[in-house]
Amino acid sequence: MKKTLNLLLAGVTSIGLAFSAYAEDHITLASTTSTENSGLFSSILPKFEDATGIDVRVVAVGTGQAFEIARRGDADSLLVHDTAGEQRFVEDGYASERADVMYNDFVLIGPAGDPANISKAKTAEEAFAAIAKAEAPFASRGDDSGTNRAELRLWANAGVEPDGDWYRELGSGMGPTLNTAAAMDAYVMSDRATWVAFGNRQNLTLLFEGDKVLFNQYGSLLLSEDKHPHLKHDLALKWHNWLISEEGQQAIADFKVDGQQLFFPNAK
Amino acid sequence: MENNAFYVALSLLLNFDAALFQIVALSLQISLLAVLVAAVLGFPLGAAVALWRFPGRGGLIVVLNALMGLPPVVAGLIVYLSLSRAGPLGEWGLLFTPGAMVIAQVLLVLPILAALSRQKVEELLGEYREQFVSLGMSRSRMVPTLLWDARFALLTILLAGFGRASAEVGAVMMVGGNIEGVTRVMTTSIVLETGKGNLPLALGLGVVLLSLIMLVNACAYWVGEMTRRRTG
Repeated sequence: MKKTLNLLLAGVTSIGLAFSAYAEDHITLASTTSTENSGLFSSILPKFEDATGIDVRVVAVGTGQAFEIARRGDADSLLVHDTAGEQRFVEDGYASERADVMYNDFVLIGPAGDPANISKAKTAEEAFAAIAKAEAPFASRGDDSGTNRAELRLWANAGVEPDGDWYRELGSGMGPTLNTAAAMDAYVMSDRATWVAFGNRQNLTLLFEGDKVLFNQYGSLLLSEDKHPHLKHDLALKWHNWLISEEGQQAIADFKVDGQQLFFPNAK
Repeated sequence: MENNAFYVALSLLLNFDAALFQIVALSLQISLLAVLVAAVLGFPLGAAVALWRFPGRGGLIVVLNALMGLPPVVAGLIVYLSLSRAGPLGEWGLLFTPGAMVIAQVLLVLPILAALSRQKVEELLGEYREQFVSLGMSRSRMVPTLLWDARFALLTILLAGFGRASAEVGAVMMVGGNIEGVTRVMTTSIVLETGKGNLPLALGLGVVLLSLIMLVNACAYWVGEMTRRRTG
């Protein structure tokens, strides 16, 4: 019995040690699934760590949830893609500063047969209107993410109230939404990065791209010291400044999947 | 061949991928620690509810039984809101750490251990009551005796708890954040790879997880058999 107790004690101590081994300098970054799933962070974070010795821990969620995490003071820094929402976040006093970091673009994906014929469309507006007119199945994120918010703006631009059996709100991340769209041969809007890195395309193919309204801007936010004094503001500032520095911008430009650049640095 | 989950699982294991090894080790540490903590709290609780009569006992039993079905995502939400900086335990700074994941899993496993051990101990009490009375044994003395006598059943109950802890994803995803190298475990990796559309890799990880759970069960079975032979 005593032996067993000793063994248990040793086990608990070693587990405790393993947990406390993470004590080096680190910040928690709330960001979006598109940056994480595409592999961007795995490419640029080691460069930042080499330069500063700071480990960045990424919690990848939808943009809506990322805002909520930051609002509650659970992340030190925020990198998302919803410029209107970001500006509101600054106005509401949760962030002290916002900076453009990079952009990529949204693309329209659909079944190779293209029943709504959107590959012939000249503008994104036309493409969305064509899908609604054909009542072709469309898979929407439906999760208040940056992509979801952009998609809803595009429907509004096209003068369509997306509703009915053909419009399916999935309430899931970009990857799971692409998986579902592949299984039901639906149209879907994706950020280019997630699409290029996506491995289960089945019958899906890229049908429409290039319209300026599909532009997808990412911004970095410095969180408010007044609202959340406990956050690691000094380390977060280093991260924010590195992202918009020449070095950080170059690291973003250098990230490629299959030889294709996925994010385009545009800090001012 | 590369699309076969078993092939993927086998090559993952044979290549002895360091990242995978770390994920497997973290999964095991978190779930085993959670089951250990839940057992230390849950078994005495179960035995106490079986032995003592107090007002509201029936209600407590119903609550314990019902909480066996606590949805992991609800447990995750409760722990998330408690540990968040804006929450009551925010000072601890535990959100998005392995510690938060242990707490969430304890919340899921504790009701299973308490409810099932309560039932087992009550059964045994029925058999031994007269003996205890003739020995003039106090209730608090009965607790260790009954728990020891129920040890084989308790081992199976522990395994049920471990199964729940290692299999769930909703709670650890929410309170751990699936941070690479820090809070990424087997189940959250599977969700991530599914999201990336790497279905064979996701299923391969599933096969690895299943093998791991089987290994733990085999060890428990072996320990049980050895003890049974030695102590009868």
